[in-house]
Amino acid sequence: MTTKFINATLLAATMLGSASLAQAADVTLTIESWRNDDLAIWRDTLIPAFEAKNPGIKVIFAPVAPTEYNALVNSKLDTGAAGDLITCRPFDLSLSLYDKGHLASINDIAGLANFSDSAKSAWSTDDAKTTFCMPMASVIHGFIYNKDAFKELGLSVPTTEAEFFAALDKIKADGNYIPMAMGTNDQWEAGTMGFNNIAPNYVKGEEGRLGLIDGSQKLTDANWVAVYEQLAKWKPYLGDGFEAQSYPDSQNLFTLGRAAIYPAGSWEISGFNKQADFKMGAFKAPVKNAGDQCYISDHTDIAMGMNAHTKHPVETKKFLDWMGGAEFASLYANASLGFFSLSNHKVSMSDGLAQEFVSWRGECKSTIRASYKILGRGKPSLDLDQWNAASNVIKGNQSPVDAAKWTQERLAKWYKPQM
Amino acid sequence: MTKAVPGKKIFRWHIAVFLLPAVVVYSLIMVLPLFGTLQLSLYSEVDSKQIFVGLGNFMTLFGDPLWSGQFWNALINNIWLFIVHMCVQNPIGILLAALLSSPVLRFRGFYRGAIFVPTLLSFVIVGFVWKLILSPLWGVAPSLMDMVGLKSLFLPWLGKEAYALTALSLVSVWQFIGIPMMLIYAALLSIPDEILEAGECDGLTGLSAFWKIKLPLILPSIGIISILTFVGNFNAFDLIYVTQGALAGPNFATDILGTFMFRTFFGFQLQLGDTHMGATVASVMFLIILVGVCIYLFGIQTRLRRYQF
Repeated sequence: MTTKFINATLLAATMLGSASLAQAADVTLTIESWRNDDLAIWRDTLIPAFEAKNPGIKVIFAPVAPTEYNALVNSKLDTGAAGDLITCRPFDLSLSLYDKGHLASINDIAGLANFSDSAKSAWSTDDAKTTFCMPMASVIHGFIYNKDAFKELGLSVPTTEAEFFAALDKIKADGNYIPMAMGTNDQWEAGTMGFNNIAPNYVKGEEGRLGLIDGSQKLTDANWVAVYEQLAKWKPYLGDGFEAQSYPDSQNLFTLGRAAIYPAGSWEISGFNKQADFKMGAFKAPVKNAGDQCYISDHTDIAMGMNAHTKHPVETKKFLDWMGGAEFASLYANASLGFFSLSNHKVSMSDGLAQEFVSWRGECKSTIRASYKILGRGKPSLDLDQWNAASNVIKGNQSPVDAAKWTQERLAKWYKPQM
Repeated sequence: MTKAVPGKKIFRWHIAVFLLPAVVVYSLIMVLPLFGTLQLSLYSEVDSKQIFVGLGNFMTLFGDPLWSGQFWNALINNIWLFIVHMCVQNPIGILLAALLSSPVLRFRGFYRGAIFVPTLLSFVIVGFVWKLILSPLWGVAPSLMDMVGLKSLFLPWLGKEAYALTALSLVSVWQFIGIPMMLIYAALLSIPDEILEAGECDGLTGLSAFWKIKLPLILPSIGIISILTFVGNFNAFDLIYVTQGALAGPNFATDILGTFMFRTFFGFQLQLGDTHMGATVASVMFLIILVGVCIYLFGIQTRLRRYQF
């Protein structure tokens, strides 16, 4: 009897002991993200690379749909159910999380030294003293085109506006391809791939963006209205029923080879490489006259922060520090094509299309989307207003001047320098 | 002989005991959050601190053109959604029920099942399927219309401001037509044959039997259906969100109170969520439904005549 009892206790003790050991050995970190397209990249490339160097830390990548992410992660943080690592949207969305105490300061993480101030600006407090997310990547706007279609029609890559519309006219006249794959159903295509894509050339990039912020420029100024004027000319080149065409529809139209040009952001590259079986090239937003200084939207887009209430702060910081290093920069830039590293590490990319996008950094001046920093903060957000105005202009329901006036009036309602 | 003492009632404990679980559960998950929402709407957040603003949020909602414009747009759209349901879903539901209850119809069980099935489907599936059907790019609607020579009438309905809401209302009607049909069908079956036969003796058959005997007898059911439709429509959110997203495009043409509340409460893209204004919108929705239900209960239901068989 007694031996049996002792045996049983011993057995129980070993089992309990090993259970608690296992718990101590394996810390599991969870990453909250909206990049469900990147699931395979994290699972197969990035996380194994980190886990190999840091035994005892397990990392789970748990993405949700991009449109649901902000609402979801906000309420998860409010209720304390969020993961340890929080993927950061740029500017105010993350800033408000930091202000509420949901994101921790990461100033003390060594890896942060590898980033320039401008790379950190999207995830720093207004006084630039505290950074709360480790910058990961920026995305560049431009147009992706079907090289085979261009060859077939004898088109060359357009660099000026006149050439751009001449090319569109030629594709339309030929009739085999839809000239441009874009729809207005989701509105954000019009606002982001349309307006923010071509705006930098008209408003001289940073000059226009900062002008809006300090109040020296208005959205009703001729240079800003000109952006809508170009968008208003796009309608005849979009496919039949573009009003009900959604973002995935546009992607499919292009990758199935039914459209010749796709107003894009570089984040499309990896998906398009997988889907399309024709050669693709890219050109930047065309300038007004040949030889004009070009400007591109090189938008700080994604970063990673630390949940201030994480149960494993040490391990989380370890992970963030690794993300600031050269290994992550190179792995991420090559695995997640089109998300260009913001760090100072030298990163070489093997993909031609991604190279093409990033090469524009050399010849053009970079800016970020004008409606993001500070101006996207108020009620109503200028960014959402621009989505709506841009899609109305493309559909022809609103004139460029009216659209500009509408957005200006609504911005002036809450933004002091514009009142 | 024991005498019951007059005037002294025995307190029947078992009633309280039996009611308790339901009351507790209902209070915890329905009543408490409701009051929580009403309370939230009376506060506002300034510099990360909650302050009491009384009816200030409601003044903003109705007084500030930025808010009131969106609110009235959503309310009018919601009323249109309700009108379409009342004018299309319920009459067709009654018609279907009348046809199904006809004893000469064959395969009744099959029709009943087939028409009811969409009601059991999730909004997500219904929204997605109809979005695909109506898609100008891949949908079957354009090619089907082409087969009967009506291609010229096809439009990207979900993307046109003038049609999007009506199109989505009809999708919703398609999904929920089974509910009025079933309720009316049950009411029609409960009408005793004696009454109909008595009517036949007096010369009431076919359509006139329906109008003069059956319809008056199913009026209470129609009343219930109307109020269910009313509550359902003013709480609606899912279908619009699934097909058009939180922005309820094109140009807010399909924005209803539910999507307006969601966008305000949780925020969207760069627009941060505002729990207090969101709760204000939710409170107004609650009041609208409350008033509607009260009008029905006290104004209509008490006047409906009921028949005992």
